Amino acid sequence: MITNSYTVLNPTGLHVRPIKTIVQAASEFPCKITVLSNGKKANGKSSLSMLTLGIKMNDEVTLEIDGEREEEALQAIGALLVQIHE
Amino acid sequence: MTQPQLQGIAASPGIAIARAIRIDLEEYIPEKTTVQDPKQEVARFRQAVEAAGEQIEGIREATEQKLGAEKAEIFEGHLLLLEDPELIDVVVENIENDAVNAEYALYEVSQSFIEMLSQLDDEMLRERAVDIRDVRGRVLNLLRGVGGSDHTQLQEECIIIARDLTPSDTAQLNLEAVRGFVTEIGSRTSHSAIMARSLDIPAIVGAGAAIQEIQNGDLIVMDAVEGQVWINPDSSSLEQFRVNKARYDQRKAELAVWVDKPSLAKDGHRIELAANIGKLDDVQKALDNGAEGIGLFRTEFLYMGRQELPSEEEQFQSYKYVLEKMAGKPVVIRTLDIGGDKELPYMDLPKESNPFLGQRALRLCLERDDLFRTQLRALLRASQYGNLKIMFPMIAVRDELFEAKRILKEEKQLLIEAGVAVSESIEIGMMIEIPSAAISADLFAPHVDFFSIGTNDLIQYTMAADRMNETVSYLYQPSHPSILRLIRLVIEAARQEGKWVGLCGEMAGDLASVPLLLGLGLHEFSMSAGSLLQTRELIAGLNYAQWQEHAKQALTLGSQQEVQAFVQEIQKGENE
Repeated sequence: MITNSYTVLNPTGLHVRPIKTIVQAASEFPCKITVLSNGKKANGKSSLSMLTLGIKMNDEVTLEIDGEREEEALQAIGALLVQIHE
Repeated sequence: MTQPQLQGIAASPGIAIARAIRIDLEEYIPEKTTVQDPKQEVARFRQAVEAAGEQIEGIREATEQKLGAEKAEIFEGHLLLLEDPELIDVVVENIENDAVNAEYALYEVSQSFIEMLSQLDDEMLRERAVDIRDVRGRVLNLLRGVGGSDHTQLQEECIIIARDLTPSDTAQLNLEAVRGFVTEIGSRTSHSAIMARSLDIPAIVGAGAAIQEIQNGDLIVMDAVEGQVWINPDSSSLEQFRVNKARYDQRKAELAVWVDKPSLAKDGHRIELAANIGKLDDVQKALDNGAEGIGLFRTEFLYMGRQELPSEEEQFQSYKYVLEKMAGKPVVIRTLDIGGDKELPYMDLPKESNPFLGQRALRLCLERDDLFRTQLRALLRASQYGNLKIMFPMIAVRDELFEAKRILKEEKQLLIEAGVAVSESIEIGMMIEIPSAAISADLFAPHVDFFSIGTNDLIQYTMAADRMNETVSYLYQPSHPSILRLIRLVIEAARQEGKWVGLCGEMAGDLASVPLLLGLGLHEFSMSAGSLLQTRELIAGLNYAQWQEHAKQALTLGSQQEVQAFVQEIQKGENE
């Protein structure tokens, strides 16, 4: 399992659109992708559970990725977490 | 006029008068039953999910055709919910493990998400519960074999009254007939509010339980500027409402004409109308109101309301966003202007007895050059994404400008050596807000690409009168000859060197001051987005050559009152 932490820079936090982008990207990978923030845990392939994290701008988010192609997934999802989406 | 019966949040401005149509959203709560054959129940559930997907895809396509891809995107989100492993897979597990009916399993699982969302402090995220309700309602209807509400056939003008509107509800309205929305719950970020704004339909949200008093066919007057609703008003009030509405709509149409027009005076003299922004959301508003650039991007918001300094990366992303969004139009970004009335608790700056005259803005940045360098690096890195202009605030003497430019040059060199792309055409300018800089603008002009006059501070420092102190507020006199003479000095000094001058104080959008500023030769007027269109309209009626003469004369007058009377007199003459 590999892990890394990020600070969300999107001014409106992680809302529907950025979450959609992240979930769609995550679903492309076979590995297990877990997103941790604000003391809560979510399935990176589920927009519903990602929404319940309530991630705001400047929140710290940790990715835990386990399984096939985990390095590649960490790169891709990590970049989306710090990107400004809108 | 009578008192309004309801007061809510004005979510999309405008005035509407039409008959009410209620959309009732009675929520169906399924009972828990035991099923004999869980496998078959799962199949029934999957069938309903699939059918829901087809319906949503149909709505998505129709919405895309009617309203464009952006509005249709919300339904892509709904489709995603139908594939969500934490929803669909968990419902299937529950049916299999507990032998419960699909309706109940779906209701319970989605309810737990709705409850989790309702506990978030972020209003925009809380509003997302509506998407879950919407999709759940659709699947439940399919499971039960009942149809949803259909208002596609609405013909007569109406105002929609609803508890809240889901994306599916709005997609199933004949929007041509809808004159407004009034909802019981919701906020400015609700789906109905966003939808109404993009369709340019007046909307009032969060009007409270009292909307239940409204019956189908009641005559509704909604003033979505003030957030007020009247139900069946008497005929004399109604007459007044109709007059107000006509006036409002006419003015709006008049202003809309100016959005895509260049900013030209009557005799063809061109100026630039730009917007002041203080947060990233403001950029869209600036564009919607026809801004030709950003004349002042206050970067303080990046530093305020938090516990630590913003990182270089975070700043870079924000600057890049604004530059890209403005797509090549000029963007003047002012370096940090903190101190004075704007404090940052985490920086633990020493208390000053006179903060407005203390170590604020660039003075602080030169002392704390670590934070200054971080900001400059972020700006330089972002420069290749658009038309960036960097502006230094609160410069009193030339050495401060030289020092700031030296540090900028050093950081630029370091970045280039590190192989980072930096634009070669970044203009460097300074604010003129301290009288010493205005009086000696000719000393600065050869060393900058532009000046931007910050009149709010320039007036306060020139008059030695605290803006916040009401007892001396009479000294806040933008049109006083002393201020106009300073502005002229700055513009003349810049002209000698072939540089341009902007003005980013409130004065730029003050209709009484604009003619004189034009006449003084100001090139760029930067103001809050809401003032842009009326300023463009005003300038189109002014003759630059004539106002050059008028401005000269105004400088010789004895007081602000005399200047204002003089300007009014001329404008009256021109309008006759």
